[in-house]
Amino acid sequence: MSELKVTPMRPRTESEGASAGAGVAEERDARDRIDPAELREEHEQRHQEQLKQIGGVDRDTLLKMLYQMVLIRRFEEKSAESYTLGKIGGFCHLYIGQEAVAVGCLSALRPDDYVFTSYRDHGHALVMGTSPDEVMAELFGKIGGCSKGKGGSMHLFDADKHFLGGHGIVGGQIPLATGTAYATKYKGTDQATLVFFGEAAVNQGAFHESLNMAQLWKLPCIYICENNQYGMGTSLKRAMSISDVSQKAVGYGMASEFVDGMDVLAVRAATERALERARKEYLPSLLEIRTYRFMGHSMSDPGHYRTRAEIEKYQERDPVKVFGDNLREKGVLDDAGLKEIEERVRAEVEHSVKFADESPEPAPEELFTDIYANPIKPGR
Amino acid sequence: MAVITIREALNQAMREEMRRDEGVFLMGEEVAAYQGAYKVSKGLLEEFGDKRVVDSPITELGFAGLGVGAAMVGLRPIIEFMTFNFSILATDQIINSAAKMRYMSGGQFKIPIVFRGPNGSAFQVSSQHSQALESWYAHFPGLKVVMPSTPADAKGLLKSAIRDDDPVVFLEQERMYGNKGEVPDGEDFLVPLGVADVKREGTDCTVVARSMTVPLALKAAEELEKQGVSVEVVDPRTIRPLDIETIVNSVKKTNRLVIAEESHAFCGVGAEISAQVMEHAFDYLDAPVKRLSGADAPMPYAKNLERLALPDVERIVKAVREVSYLD
Ligand SMILES: Cc1ncc(C[n+]2csc(CCOP(=O)(O)OP(=O)(O)O)c2C)c(N)n1
Ligand SMILES: [Mg+2]
Repeated sequence: MSELKVTPMRPRTESEGASAGAGVAEERDARDRIDPAELREEHEQRHQEQLKQIGGVDRDTLLKMLYQMVLIRRFEEKSAESYTLGKIGGFCHLYIGQEAVAVGCLSALRPDDYVFTSYRDHGHALVMGTSPDEVMAELFGKIGGCSKGKGGSMHLFDADKHFLGGHGIVGGQIPLATGTAYATKYKGTDQATLVFFGEAAVNQGAFHESLNMAQLWKLPCIYICENNQYGMGTSLKRAMSISDVSQKAVGYGMASEFVDGMDVLAVRAATERALERARKEYLPSLLEIRTYRFMGHSMSDPGHYRTRAEIEKYQERDPVKVFGDNLREKGVLDDAGLKEIEERVRAEVEHSVKFADESPEPAPEELFTDIYANPIKPGR
Repeated sequence: MAVITIREALNQAMREEMRRDEGVFLMGEEVAAYQGAYKVSKGLLEEFGDKRVVDSPITELGFAGLGVGAAMVGLRPIIEFMTFNFSILATDQIINSAAKMRYMSGGQFKIPIVFRGPNGSAFQVSSQHSQALESWYAHFPGLKVVMPSTPADAKGLLKSAIRDDDPVVFLEQERMYGNKGEVPDGEDFLVPLGVADVKREGTDCTVVARSMTVPLALKAAEELEKQGVSVEVVDPRTIRPLDIETIVNSVKKTNRLVIAEESHAFCGVGAEISAQVMEHAFDYLDAPVKRLSGADAPMPYAKNLERLALPDVERIVKAVREVSYLD
């Protein structure tokens, strides 16, 4: 057998600008054209929708959700500040702008359900009940952190709270969640598993392989795509052949929903529907929750791939502010009540920094602990 | 000779080879519009357009395999992994396809592809983002594995890798992208694959270092000179095929060997070098070979633990003194 004779390159003519990639500049131009009137109308519609939903949820739950959203926002602002001061190192991915997703989804859970997410995990850990002290200490790389300072920002874990981690490989947590759902069904309980991931993770094989198994074997897993429309500097449109993530479920015969991720109550309601399918019928769901990150991909991202105008468009629907305003409009909360939440959060966040500062570094021996559950001394 | 960074050297290598051969294209995450996560591909999109500098979805197995397929029919892909930690998802295509294709087809195909990106640790990025994978790839016949430590080597070796007709795994180091050094002028400057380089001559002890540990070994050598110990630093540059002859010749001269590496020791490249030196120069060794490797633990996040997990100048000095029976 001889070696393959390769076809030579055909010389290109002047008029041919053959291109495999999508036009970066054209796409940016299209996103820049924002019609203010259209936007106002849309905001008003969403505003009315949230007002309607407020009536269907009890006051304590509403206030708790607002508190959690404010906590994440202030905690992340403090994380950014601490990163700038050099107290946090490595990669630090903030959750600012996406608070309604974690808070809305997790508010619908029972304490015995399981949760996984990606490296953008501070918000999820806080809502799962890991104390701000332990989260901040982890970011500072201290022994008092929820992973003893070994994991850092991307790898928060809290087994007691059934928070099964922040995972650093894009898409890596999706099969893991499929596995806990498999285990809960195996054990015959009605626990659900929730797994969060970004829209860019949907392009990984891990996502597709998981959805197929979950539907095939009827596993109670809820796949939650936090579609913030960018994977680092690449917009969804430049990385995915269709931009409708919820459509991905169709190929697997799985139930799916598209959800407004700036509306914490819409997120909660969609999660409740998915949980019902999971608990009653062992059926998985895919939720595409459309959101937006207000900050860079991580603390080291200058963010040149999107415009000020685009960011401001989404900041007008800041999920924390909108929810607070709407609760006041419905009389669930007054100015004093909001101030009280802010005060409580401020104290907790301040305390977390103090705790993290004072927590010791891990002892040198910690380098070699926790590698094995059963470290074997070889030989007889 | 111009003084440039390793980042610029890699950029020049790709730019020159893309100008030279229309079949060379670059694909990976954030390589085009964002100019590379570590800015190695800066300006390439502008010069070559989005047919040849392509932002991929986050789908490592897919675009690594796509590259191998394109190479089968005559293109010369450069596949960038944002970091080699993510190449773990693509190992099936690198090992099962790229490394084996020529052999299992009885020589009908050549696979001229380069897989490149940063390997090893960065700064406090914890267990999943700090892995040195050279021993994985070097394990497999069919792959060539390259690890430059200077701007000149980075440029010359990458150009050779792109022109080579076999799959090359080209391992950079994020901590080193900003390191500066002289690079010979001219587009014809190449560094051949498979040739080690003596980075510093000495008579008392050989230190074999690669990638990140080369600058550390050179600093240690300076330090040891003050203590009256003359250290020879050998950088294999290519891990597979390994230029064991240069290493053995050095050991025959110095009679002592320390291997400094960022990776774990177990089943590592240092173990391979140590075994081969034992096979070829056992009678010349005046002390057991000493390996100084990354800790036998996943990389921790905490700064103090991370420091303990990596080789440093002080420990290289100590290792050399140890094999020289000075302490
Ligand atoms: C397998 C893998 N490839 C690449 C990376 C580097 N990386 C980290 S986050 C990220 C973007 C992910 O975007 P998305 O899934 O949308 O999540 P988001 O960051 O927007 O929350 C990339 C490319 C990684 N961590 N893992
Ligand atoms: Mg995203």
